Amino acid sequence: MTGLRYVYAVCRPFDAPLQAQLTGVGGAPVKMLAHHGLVAVVSSVPEGDFAEAPLREHLEDLDWLGATARAHQQVVDALTAVTTPLPLRLATVFRDDSGVRVMIESGEEAFRRTLDRLDGRVEWGVKVYIEGGEEPAEAAPAAKPVSGRDYLRQRRNRAQEREDRWRAAERFATRLHGTLAAHAEDSRLHAPQNSALTRGSGHNVLNAAYLVPRAHSEEFVELVDHTKDEEPGMRVELTGPWAAYSFVDPEGRGAGEAAGTGGTGDTSGEAE
Amino acid sequence: MTVVERREIALVDLLDRLLAGGVVIAGDITLRIADVDLVRIDLNALISSVNENVPSPWGDLP
Repeated sequence: MTGLRYVYAVCRPFDAPLQAQLTGVGGAPVKMLAHHGLVAVVSSVPEGDFAEAPLREHLEDLDWLGATARAHQQVVDALTAVTTPLPLRLATVFRDDSGVRVMIESGEEAFRRTLDRLDGRVEWGVKVYIEGGEEPAEAAPAAKPVSGRDYLRQRRNRAQEREDRWRAAERFATRLHGTLAAHAEDSRLHAPQNSALTRGSGHNVLNAAYLVPRAHSEEFVELVDHTKDEEPGMRVELTGPWAAYSFVDPEGRGAGEAAGTGGTGDTSGEAE
Repeated sequence: MTVVERREIALVDLLDRLLAGGVVIAGDITLRIADVDLVRIDLNALISSVNENVPSPWGDLP
């Protein structure tokens, strides 16, 4: 195997066979690198794409980024079907197998701790959108204002409507998050997705992740399902099951820390 | 796991997890995507440049 080593995840050794023909980034075959009782799931990637400079450039290319992210996810997904993988950040690359072994050794304890904590759990993503949240301010005015005072009043009314809607959305999202968090082992609040990236499907007001035992997933999904029509003008979206990407740090740093589920911990990572 | 029919995962959901989640390890060749915001802002610039109708998305959240 020539080229650099792209590492998708670290897991404990597992017996169940992976799906045949599983390929990773760039269509390369995926292999298991066992070391110190742990397994790194790796594939070979060309240096021309993954050395630091080309990678930096590639990351700004949405097509490349999308294809790479999907390949990464496909491997992690296949692992999730047979074990509980500890997913690594996109584009974690080593020079060769021995670099991967060194990584396993230096992170060994943290890997085991985290694998124990996540064992048998999956992540569910829940997002709440205000439907049609974009247009109100600039919507076609109902009637042409006849005077300056009239104009100001119309403006004020529109602003008021908008604000009411936001309040209602916030209440709904807060309540939903409370309910779901109570039925999950852990939760993280991600920053809301901006509307440009979500392709005009409304304004994202809640973007949360919940850590749920695989065995309780069905109940969790039903719970989310029940809320879907609770509040007019709101849309609830569920994604998953994911590998526990959002829960690799016990305290939930990064995306979760701004949002107040209690992720106030220090920023020292799992695996230095 | 078949509780939910898997649809095509939106790229933005994928990136939420792959660029902001997962274990961060400095690889041999200093590849370490911890500069999530940087990557995202670049992405934004990209998307905005493709679609001029998209208003600047940063800072318009409540």
